[in-house]
Amino acid sequence: MKVVGVVFSNIHDRGVRELTVNRTLASVPFGGRYRLIDFVLSNMVNSGITKVGVITKQNYQSLMDHVGSGKYWDLSRKNGGLMVLPPFGAAAGSTLYSSRFEALCNIVQFLRRSDEDYVVLSDCDIICNIDFSDVVQKHIDNHCDITLVYRRQEYGGGYDRIAVETDKSGRVTSMTPADKLTGERKMNTNMYVINREFLLKLIENAAELNLKSFSHDVLMRGVKEYRIYGYEHKGYFALIDSVASYYKYSLELLDKEKRDELFYNNGASIYTKVRDSAPMRIEDTARVSDSLIADGCVIEGDVTGSILFRGVRVSKGAVVKNSILFQNTTICTGSRLNCVIADKGVKILEGRELSGHPTHPYTIAKNTVI
Amino acid sequence: MKKKKCIAMLLAGGQGTRLYALTSSVAKPAVSFGAKYRIIDFPLSNCTNSGIDTVGVLTQYQPLILNEYVGNGEPWDLDRTYGGVHTLPPYQAKTGGEWYKGTANAIYQNLHFLDEYDSEHVLILSGDHIYKMDYSKMLQEHIAHKADCTIAVIDVPIAEASRFGILDFDARSHRIKSFEEKPKQPKSNHASMGIYIFKKDVLVKELIADENDPASSNDFGKNIIPKMIGAGCGMYAYLFDGYWKDVGTVTSLWEANMDMLGENPLINLNDTAFKIYSRNLALPPSYIGTSGKVVNSIMTAGCEIYGKVVNSVLGEGVVVEKGAEIYDSVIMRGTRIRKDTVIRYGMVDENCDIGNGCIIGDETSDKYKIALVGRGNTLEPGSVVAPGQIIEQEGNK
Repeated sequence: MKVVGVVFSNIHDRGVRELTVNRTLASVPFGGRYRLIDFVLSNMVNSGITKVGVITKQNYQSLMDHVGSGKYWDLSRKNGGLMVLPPFGAAAGSTLYSSRFEALCNIVQFLRRSDEDYVVLSDCDIICNIDFSDVVQKHIDNHCDITLVYRRQEYGGGYDRIAVETDKSGRVTSMTPADKLTGERKMNTNMYVINREFLLKLIENAAELNLKSFSHDVLMRGVKEYRIYGYEHKGYFALIDSVASYYKYSLELLDKEKRDELFYNNGASIYTKVRDSAPMRIEDTARVSDSLIADGCVIEGDVTGSILFRGVRVSKGAVVKNSILFQNTTICTGSRLNCVIADKGVKILEGRELSGHPTHPYTIAKNTVI
Repeated sequence: MKKKKCIAMLLAGGQGTRLYALTSSVAKPAVSFGAKYRIIDFPLSNCTNSGIDTVGVLTQYQPLILNEYVGNGEPWDLDRTYGGVHTLPPYQAKTGGEWYKGTANAIYQNLHFLDEYDSEHVLILSGDHIYKMDYSKMLQEHIAHKADCTIAVIDVPIAEASRFGILDFDARSHRIKSFEEKPKQPKSNHASMGIYIFKKDVLVKELIADENDPASSNDFGKNIIPKMIGAGCGMYAYLFDGYWKDVGTVTSLWEANMDMLGENPLINLNDTAFKIYSRNLALPPSYIGTSGKVVNSIMTAGCEIYGKVVNSVLGEGVVVEKGAEIYDSVIMRGTRIRKDTVIRYGMVDENCDIGNGCIIGDETSDKYKIALVGRGNTLEPGSVVAPGQIIEQEGNK
């Protein structure tokens, strides 16, 4: 069973605009030392996939810097491995894709050159543990064209995720754009398994078949024509579609059960780039409670209910509560933070008071000095 | 291939008997240190940071964990297409085979490795010191002096001088006049750090001569260096004044760990221009719970702290349960300290499971009476480990 992975790094950038000004959604930091793409790549690698294409569109410098040759995910391979697929600019004016399907059309050469039978597609807005090899196996058993992974989810209030319905065998019978739906539904996660030949046929005949959008033209219109099955995902699941959900799911990791579910589901197997920071240091004057602290941090002040990425410095007398501080944030003496998300390299000078609310965390842009 | 200016040979075969249970099943260079490191990370990172990209690691005693750890050298950027890190164990040859008899013999048995790279100079290192040093500066001096051999020297307290090889050198030219291995009455406090740079041709000649001398114990400090000084070779001292610590004993290993604590630790690991690299596990950041209290301590990824940790060093994935208290101790990776256990002046090696309510060390403990628990031990609830007591590793009792 040979499988190639394809990751969309940009598709949901707009959901968390505050954190994607300078980066792709894929490279948004999460969980004190990871980037969102780490979870997707680790899932693929842990499912035995050794060839992954990462589709990029814009702002992908930070992503390239993070994934490098792919060696930290064991994707630096002689055959396959990690390939970043930037926009393909052969024909003038058609360089930047505007939909998932166009993005796939852009990588048709990559798909043609691959000799794998199946393609696994995933976005970077979902954090979960999933064994794609099981999804692929079910896909084969059901003789599917497409298998989509769904999640039972409570709907209501402008949720723009497509809801699917399946029959007893698991075959998808209908798909509905879900902005007006309420109650528990099966939500499409945008994780798919597709036969590579089938996908190539769709791409090559896109004009003839009038295919523009993957969800509308391929899935919804094709629900009767193609064999599309659903696969239910259970276990840890976080959908990052706004700063509020980013904040909520981040701080949820302070709960040991959530942490165990996400990070230790199958041994410690979420991989990320190694930075060789020194061990973190907690000084005499510090009070740290209910917090995740990464290597390279130096804590002299009070930290409660927070997540501190690599190299954060909290000076004496500073108080950090319910906040998420990205890499190399500095909090000077006497400052107080509550419900704050500080992007990389933020410096909070002495005696500042900053506060947000859990549904509207106060987000500070990269390298800001306050 | 472009010829290398200098390659390094790292002597990593010693047993380290004075580390007792810590080296029952691992070579000394593979012993955990400073929360996220192993001792060998320091010389390997120094090599990378000094522009030396070819390192032979001479292994002999309990090499498995060390070999696995060094691997292809990727964490230290030593996975080079030409050069990189190579482990060099003793081997069988057509004419027979034998164990490494001494430090010089270990290099002698790998003369073919030196010939293979045929660098101008060879740096000899040992795997039992904690220090950050830019060898390129030493190499520069070595070349400027046109020296046959340059020895790195550090000043130690005169009271401790008899533990080291002591050098006497000309204050202006740095030319070495005499060398005594562990003298009873040391003439000075200039101690050899066990770091040598030789001209490769000179080293090869001396090693062959040493091997042919049946009276020699085939040791750099005891034989090669004194003989070369006696013969009037160009021997120079390179003065080093940074942090340097021999971690050959339980007390000194504990002290070196404690040197990492405090606001201005003696060794700066946050310097991005001279990082110490290590092989990292994929672990989430450490969590300190509401019942956890951490004072003046360092730890690395994957720890879960629900008890009290004071003046201590915790390795990857250490769990300290509620009610447990740890003072002035070193807890190595993967160890779990269960409820209400109290540890004072303890060193607990990797992957131990310390049961509820154990007492390891007590108020009478100090750095000379470290309670030591060897790798992989499971202590029954309520066990007591007295100050200075050593619990051998499972299977080595």
